[in-house]
Amino acid sequence: MGRKSTSDKRNRWLWIGLAAPGAIWLLVLFVAPFYVMLSVAGGGINEFFQTVVPVWNPLHWSSFNFSAVWHDIVGAGAYIGPPALRTLLYTGIATAISLAVAYPVAYFVSRYAGERKSLFLVLLIAPFWVSYMMRMLAWIDLLQQGGFFNSALSFFGLPGNTDWLGGKSVTVILGLVYGYIPYLILVLYAFLDRIDQRLLEAARDLGLSKWRTFWSVTIPLSKPAIVAGCFITALPMVGDYFTNQLLSGAPGTTMIGNAIEGQLDSPGQTGQGAVLALMLLVVLLIPMIYYVASTARASREAI
Amino acid sequence: MASTTESVPRPARAEPLPERSRPRGNPWRRPWALEGFTWLYILWSIIPIAIAVLFSFNKGASQATWQGFSTKWYVGSQVTSVLHNPSLHQAVIQTLILGGLTTLICVPIGVCFAIGIDRWRTRTSTGLNLVMIFSFVIPELLLAVALFLLVTQALTFISLGTPAEVAGLVVWNLSWPAIIVRARLVSIGRSYEEAAADLGASRMRAIRRVLIPLLMPAIFASAVLVFASTVDDFVIVEQLSSTGNTQPMSVLIYSNVHGGLSGPALNALATILLVISLAAALIGFIAYRWLTRGERTQGSTEALTGIAGI
Repeated sequence: MGRKSTSDKRNRWLWIGLAAPGAIWLLVLFVAPFYVMLSVAGGGINEFFQTVVPVWNPLHWSSFNFSAVWHDIVGAGAYIGPPALRTLLYTGIATAISLAVAYPVAYFVSRYAGERKSLFLVLLIAPFWVSYMMRMLAWIDLLQQGGFFNSALSFFGLPGNTDWLGGKSVTVILGLVYGYIPYLILVLYAFLDRIDQRLLEAARDLGLSKWRTFWSVTIPLSKPAIVAGCFITALPMVGDYFTNQLLSGAPGTTMIGNAIEGQLDSPGQTGQGAVLALMLLVVLLIPMIYYVASTARASREAI
Repeated sequence: MASTTESVPRPARAEPLPERSRPRGNPWRRPWALEGFTWLYILWSIIPIAIAVLFSFNKGASQATWQGFSTKWYVGSQVTSVLHNPSLHQAVIQTLILGGLTTLICVPIGVCFAIGIDRWRTRTSTGLNLVMIFSFVIPELLLAVALFLLVTQALTFISLGTPAEVAGLVVWNLSWPAIIVRARLVSIGRSYEEAAADLGASRMRAIRRVLIPLLMPAIFASAVLVFASTVDDFVIVEQLSSTGNTQPMSVLIYSNVHGGLSGPALNALATILLVISLAAALIGFIAYRWLTRGERTQGSTEALTGIAGI
């Protein structure tokens, strides 16, 4: 940790006072809510009203909700499996497509855009400023029966009466890509833009071809950005429950977020919704910790 | 065109050398394939939105067939225009209220938090910083569910609706000012403040007169980001809104896409949302350029990435 000047110690209370409102807000509205979630998950239900009875003392937490969810996962009539699997599949495919599109775009704008860089940046950042709902609504307009997309298909002699919004995984995956790719492009751009050009020139001077330079210098150098960008894209996709509702709405395309939301809203199942949310949190803790650790390392290096 | 210029070859961006003198290819050659791919991506990302905006001006009730220009979905229709339909214009008002309140609360708290954490370097501050970064990466649904349980089971004095929505939006967006201002603090360094202290300024005065002005671009950029991200927010407000009166535009669009108030009125609502966000971005861009006018930066590129939080 950096040097500590004496004035820092004297002004300790000033720093604490400045940090306090934010710290309290974070503790009360970010940390405490997850304790409430645990208490609801470990609590019971009021049999008569079917309402949640949270149990605040960890020693009295029951496993009732946990075993109920366990039965939903492995027992007879288990229904959590398919949405969980779909979440994994959709997120994986959508992230891979996003990376395959975002990297070349970010690479081009950071290295070759020249004096038109501002123009490209405006165009790349623009979707970032357009509401997510607007962007989904735009695709609903295009993909509906009788919409532009089907008309274009029939114009080229292809079957133009497909119900793209009637429960197609393809539509949901493309919706996810469309929704989250701007973040990935910005993360990649910000990093690629800071790569020291002299390293690439050195590689070329030492006789590497353009492709070899790209594969053995640029790609390895940008690995942290690729990892960070994929996390930033994939984490919200995992918790997404509205893209599939908007673009399909069919039970065959539900994801884990829909299962959590559905249980939370149905009487007597709130506790199980909390358990599911906690399980998702535990699974995601690994990538989240990895991301936080890598940003912390990066900021230490920056200081 | 004048005939003299025709005979003179136009100066090319990179004068191509004879093939044999450049065995490894010209490194300044424009990568046409990459550029074409980038343009394809840009068209794919922008055309659907442009079409959706176009259909908000459709004369008919279709979102797929153009039937002529009209502003009836904004002001004309007595039943389903944004101006006359109570739930539509209430949604616009609610979005602006949430955006304004969240920005006003979140940015000062986040900026102070960033300064405090950056200077008060102890284990506690490192821990708090980690909590803040976790709030940045956690999927929004998990936070929204946890907040819903908090305000319905524990802190019941925070009622669902505007109070819960603002409380949740502030914590969800707190990381914008905290991260951006902290990054700027690192790049500013301590020397300006120390110079002020050497010249006799108290610590508080040095912060107010030296540090805050230097942080202004970062503060402004984060304010724009918080506002835009609040206006766009869906998950937290959907979980924490109560009656129809506290549903902002994003929730109204979501709940009406399949049935309900469908048709171009939704496109009109979405277009208004778009204009609000773009106005915030534009104000942010202009202000950022003005605030950093004396600095050696790349100008507009710097400002663009600044207000996008990168």
